Amino acid sequence: MLDLSWMAWTWPTAAFFVFILLCIVSMGVWEKFSPGGAPRRGVFGLETTRGDRLFISLLGSIFIFLGWLWVFSTPLWGALILSIIWTIFVFTRV
Amino acid sequence: MNKTIKQGAWLFVIPVVVLVAFNALIPLMTVVNYSMQETFGDNVFFWEGLRWFEQVLNSERFHDSFVRQITFTAIILLIEVPLGIAIALCMPRKGFWVSVCLVLMALPLLIPWNVVGAMWNIFALPDIGLLGYTINAIGIEYNFTRQPFAAWFTTILMDVWHWTSLVVLLAYAGLSAIPDAYYQAAKIDGASRWAVFIWIQLPKMKRVLTIAILLRFMDSFMIYTEPFVLTGGGPGNTTTFLSIDLVKLALGQFDLGPAAAMSLIYFFIVLLICWVFYTLMMKNEQQ
Repeated sequence: MLDLSWMAWTWPTAAFFVFILLCIVSMGVWEKFSPGGAPRRGVFGLETTRGDRLFISLLGSIFIFLGWLWVFSTPLWGALILSIIWTIFVFTRV
Repeated sequence: MNKTIKQGAWLFVIPVVVLVAFNALIPLMTVVNYSMQETFGDNVFFWEGLRWFEQVLNSERFHDSFVRQITFTAIILLIEVPLGIAIALCMPRKGFWVSVCLVLMALPLLIPWNVVGAMWNIFALPDIGLLGYTINAIGIEYNFTRQPFAAWFTTILMDVWHWTSLVVLLAYAGLSAIPDAYYQAAKIDGASRWAVFIWIQLPKMKRVLTIAILLRFMDSFMIYTEPFVLTGGGPGNTTTFLSIDLVKLALGQFDLGPAAAMSLIYFFIVLLICWVFYTLMMKNEQQ
């Protein structure tokens, strides 16, 4: 058995990566059952595919969380709500 | 028309996936894990949650090195890009001197970073270095190991010396790709030298210049070796850029948790700026 103790895994960090992986997998499933990932032009004038929108949502969410942590500290529920709003905005308008 | 779709081609991507997993994903995952914990070595970890992120985001030390980093990058971009274009415009287009100029321009790029740092360190020493001695000899007090301004001046001069060539070579490639017909048309219209530059040369160089700016931005934003060898981040902390600060935190103080949090924040900033550059580049190309 490989000794992976140096990677210092914890449940919350593992859950974080599983979440990212699930996002990517569900993008594939979504495209399989309801194709529509072709590029389109949104409010920012950017041509984005569904994958691009996932990336923009995640990247934006990171900065929403970091900004919240910086300004308001924990708990991060407000940042979570903002991120969800941002993600919905990106997937529907961008 | 029916296209044959062979999903088997994905198999060819496996080697690169494995490679990226080993040199990027696994280390990155480890950094994420470390950023949430405290360790005193021996693979024993204690859960800290988001404490390190909060500490780094609110630390004056991080803010200061971030501001220094952005200032440094902005200054070298503002110098290197116009200077690179100007040198490329002055370079000959045909004949023997083309190769001479290109080789001369490529020389600084071939020198390893730490050698550049060591070279400039000796070159700028106030008592024995040619540059340092000369500046002092003409009556200006200059000592990059003591004066913050002199340290910044030397670091920027060193970066300009090392990397302007890259902008020159890219701009020169862009200029060489412009067909003669454009210049002939401009001549018939009686266009001035400035008009030729603004309406023909600059638009044609746009693509290579975007790449040049992106490359210079990335390299200067992550600069470590040259300022580390030249000034060691000093005097005081005045030339401690983000990566130097990060190494001090991680290896000097062995604060792996805060260092991991700081490197993640650093990484996200780089990722964001690269994405913005890349998107702008792609947008330009579509137009």
